[in-house]
Amino acid sequence: MSSEVAGLGRAKADGPLKLAVPRGALFGETLDVLDAAGIDTAELRGDSRSLIFETDRLTLVTMRPSDVPTYVEAGAADVGITGKDVLLEQSDRLVYELIDLGYGRCRMVLAGRKGDERLGESERRLGMMRIATKYPRTAERHFEATGRQIELIEVKGSVELAPLIGLGDGIVDLVATGRTLEENDLEVREEILECTARFVANRVAHKLRASEVDDLTARLREAAAK
Amino acid sequence: MIHPIPPGTRDVLPEEMRELRSLQRSLVDLFEARGYGEVATPAIEYDEVLARGDGRAAASAYRFFDGSGDLLALRSDMTVPIARLVASRFADTDPPLRLSYLASAYRAVRPQRGQMREFVQAGVELIGEPAPGGTAEVIEILGAALDVAGLDRAVIGLGDADLYRQLLTELGVEGEARESIIARLATHDLVGLEAELSEVEGIGAEQAATCVALSQLRGGREILAEARSLGGDAVERATARLQETFDELERRGVADRVQIDLGLLRDLGYYSGAILEVYDPALGHVLGGGGRYDGLMKRFGIDLPAAGFALYLERVHVAQMEEERRRGEGR
Repeated sequence: MSSEVAGLGRAKADGPLKLAVPRGALFGETLDVLDAAGIDTAELRGDSRSLIFETDRLTLVTMRPSDVPTYVEAGAADVGITGKDVLLEQSDRLVYELIDLGYGRCRMVLAGRKGDERLGESERRLGMMRIATKYPRTAERHFEATGRQIELIEVKGSVELAPLIGLGDGIVDLVATGRTLEENDLEVREEILECTARFVANRVAHKLRASEVDDLTARLREAAAK
Repeated sequence: MIHPIPPGTRDVLPEEMRELRSLQRSLVDLFEARGYGEVATPAIEYDEVLARGDGRAAASAYRFFDGSGDLLALRSDMTVPIARLVASRFADTDPPLRLSYLASAYRAVRPQRGQMREFVQAGVELIGEPAPGGTAEVIEILGAALDVAGLDRAVIGLGDADLYRQLLTELGVEGEARESIIARLATHDLVGLEAELSEVEGIGAEQAATCVALSQLRGGREILAEARSLGGDAVERATARLQETFDELERRGVADRVQIDLGLLRDLGYYSGAILEVYDPALGHVLGGGGRYDGLMKRFGIDLPAAGFALYLERVHVAQMEEERRRGEGR
């Protein structure tokens, strides 16, 4: 029995690898890195409403960043790019995190109203802070790890609104430049962690399409380091 | 009127049951034909008995008190109950023992297709037959099981559970840092792994790079040589074990669907030596797994080497359907 075919001879690939590309804040830089890695993204840059784009090496599938772990875990996409904030919030999704791509840098922070002591006062007098956030699990983990109790208020839209009109004492949110906080009279009270874009892979694709995944990993690693 | 059942559990209706039953029958018949007699054990056991077999704190996700105040638990797999059964019922029998099962097990998961809180496993346990022969026999039957299931594209990943434990010992990494590195390797969080390794005192950049590079080696026999070139005693020993097993598989003519994978690390506490995972390209989830657990029987009072595997029956069924669909589309 020839050793060349060991294992991989059987698992014939079905078409090119599918890469989940995040729309939104990471979209532009993701396309730049893909270009630098030799993947033609011209079609994605146009105003096409399509969600799926065929290139010569990869099938690019565009989606919300928060959907990337879902598609990759299920194997509907073989590999994907999304923010560390998304991966932390969905840490029960089993995906392989292969590279820190370094771009899309932002911070998860605890913020409160400027000159307002509500956060401290609630903790002192009520034993817990009320925190509004779009990242309930990340927030919960942070306060658990630092030994404090919070009442978690999960919101879907602009979380900056919550403390301004009395829903919660503070917020846990992702901050890139800090302008949104500034404009809403909020300030950073604690840094929770720093987030960047990550390259992730489905575990079965990582095994059965090893050479393609490794090749793409190497090219992305090089492109991101530029 | 709709009467709910808990999420992650489900009813099976005749059309699906017919297909599941036919798959079950072919697996059970195969195991019997290979000399693996089928056994059944209770779904609920004493928590402390299950915990004895499983190194982790909570062996079961579902535990409760019965009327007399005893803490009971729903089994999370069949390997530990069978270890218990063998110690209690076959202590005086000459090894090796060959047993098989088809049974439900229970885990806390986020329910999705092929991933349920209650699921059926089909598998074998070979007790008293050491590596590499015992391991190869188990892999041979696993290959045959995939054949009778019609999954001719399925691949068996073969790794070594002791590789990283021994490598970290060799590098002098102990305690919390060690656990943390193992956890990163098990979830394949390479970014976290690199960060973790860079913080451990005594590990240089080169050793950290070796550790990361090892976890990415997967493929045919040639990767054993690649691994060896990275150096170190732990790597030498692990590759020697893998080589022996792979040689034995080739002798039996069943190596062609086996992928050697030095990044393989299963999260169950009792594995030692060879570990197995099963994949099919039509499905993003693992179809099953297994390996050696040479220290497990000792925890129940008999010191015997052992190996086995379990297939997740529902996932195998999903993969069968996906493969049929794919063939239908003529790809």
